[in-house]
Amino acid sequence: MSMVRIGTGAGFQGDRIGPAVDLAERGALDFLVFECLAERTIALAQQARLADPSAGFDPLLERRMRAVLPACARNGTRIVTNMGAANPRAAAERTRAVVRELGLTLSVAAVTGDDVLDRIGECTLTETGAPARALGARLISANAYIGVSGIVEALEAGADIVICGRASDPALFLAPLVYRFGWAMVDWERLGRGTLVGHLLECSAQITGGYFADPGVKDVPGLAEVGFPLAEVSEDGNAVITKLPGTGGLVSRATCTEQLLYEIHDPARYLQPDVVADFSRVELEEIGPDRVRVTGGSGHTSTGQLKVSVGYRDGWRGEGQISYAGANCVARGRLAADLVRQRLSDLGDRILELRADLIGLDAVGLGGTAQPSEVRLRVAARCADQEAAQRVGEEVESLYLCGPAGGGGVSRAQREIIAVASTLLPAASVTVQSALSETLGA
Amino acid sequence: MKLHEIAHARTGDKGDVSNISVIAYRPEDWPRIVDALTPDRVAAHMGGVAAEDVTRYVLPQLHALNFVIRGALKGGVTRSLALDAHGKCLASVLLDLEL
Repeated sequence: MSMVRIGTGAGFQGDRIGPAVDLAERGALDFLVFECLAERTIALAQQARLADPSAGFDPLLERRMRAVLPACARNGTRIVTNMGAANPRAAAERTRAVVRELGLTLSVAAVTGDDVLDRIGECTLTETGAPARALGARLISANAYIGVSGIVEALEAGADIVICGRASDPALFLAPLVYRFGWAMVDWERLGRGTLVGHLLECSAQITGGYFADPGVKDVPGLAEVGFPLAEVSEDGNAVITKLPGTGGLVSRATCTEQLLYEIHDPARYLQPDVVADFSRVELEEIGPDRVRVTGGSGHTSTGQLKVSVGYRDGWRGEGQISYAGANCVARGRLAADLVRQRLSDLGDRILELRADLIGLDAVGLGGTAQPSEVRLRVAARCADQEAAQRVGEEVESLYLCGPAGGGGVSRAQREIIAVASTLLPAASVTVQSALSETLGA
Repeated sequence: MKLHEIAHARTGDKGDVSNISVIAYRPEDWPRIVDALTPDRVAAHMGGVAAEDVTRYVLPQLHALNFVIRGALKGGVTRSLALDAHGKCLASVLLDLEL
């Protein structure tokens, strides 16, 4: 096998489904990868599983599978995904049911072992410097970012669909390359290059023109029908990033450079479970329309440590918003913010942190001196309890009658805060397994 | 002249750390960008950011800089009360920098 074609079916939990179907139908792909797990998603999924032992996987799993499986089966495209979230086995079960309903013959494997909640009590949390056990009953979940081993094992066992939970995002793409090319797990250069391919692809449209357009400066053609990316990967790990003909968007040196550095700290040391990838000497070359050749990736010996994402309950969050427009709107917005602060003061230390912004003036940028034609007050607070969080929205809503002139369009919300901290575990203390049969490990 | 005229940028987030890439459109503007965008200058522009919390990485072959800003996200996406908890808007804020 001289080349592997691997594409992205999703870059986050809520991603668009149509472009994945297009890739499944027309991509002539060997592998289609769905990356659907963000930092906090797995803690939320763990809560869902606690409430219902058959839940805790991606809510869109069934929709995505129904949409792409017929074409994947027809074209021999195998699927790798982390849609298992907190419950890969239940996700595999549900997927098998979809496969049967569609009248297809596809084998499904679950990869487990990332759940390390039972062994992180003494581990120090990077953010607080305290051991995880100090969180007591607030601790919800601990999942290690596992590498390629379980996925490779499942592919070797013949799985058409591999479903895992918390794996490192690039590992979802690296694993099929390791499997197909037979790369040694000490071939740091190839592992680094495969990680680079995964990193470039893992956010779907972010490399094909999404998160990029800036009208008049960086225009993107056909963004409404943006295609998802695919890579043509050679045995040496170098690759061409492209997208399907007839799709919208664009693959250029500029889109690839932005994505290369997305969520990267030191480009020479991108820490992964199986390798320390080195992107510092990567070269990007436009070799045709929507075709960029990627070379120069490298890697170094892995650290032997796995990052662990620790989810914990961190109080409640209450929020309210109200708009002011026209003459003197900024002053009325500021008065409204002062009133809410005063009216919440009886809650004392049940309000742990509070911020008030004027959207349109200083909420997401640095603020300015120009008078906007409208502003929207947003008050958000982290509270010790649900009742206090509810009061935040109530005090914003009551500004209708008891606040400054001309406030309109109130919205309010509250939710429990699931925060995420991180720690490290020796890789040797984490055992990853894959289960292909429906009965194994059930 | 604003940085926006000669460079593009993208923000990423991990925990409480924001990274902003800044990339020259044209090779001839690259030296000017490297000279102007010191960590001090970036920290001063971003407001409320200390210079020692900004680390700059240089990728000359891509005409790209990568700024890593620690503590930029008020506790990170899962805890922050900020409207844009990811800091997705920060790259465009940086492009407003006057050269």
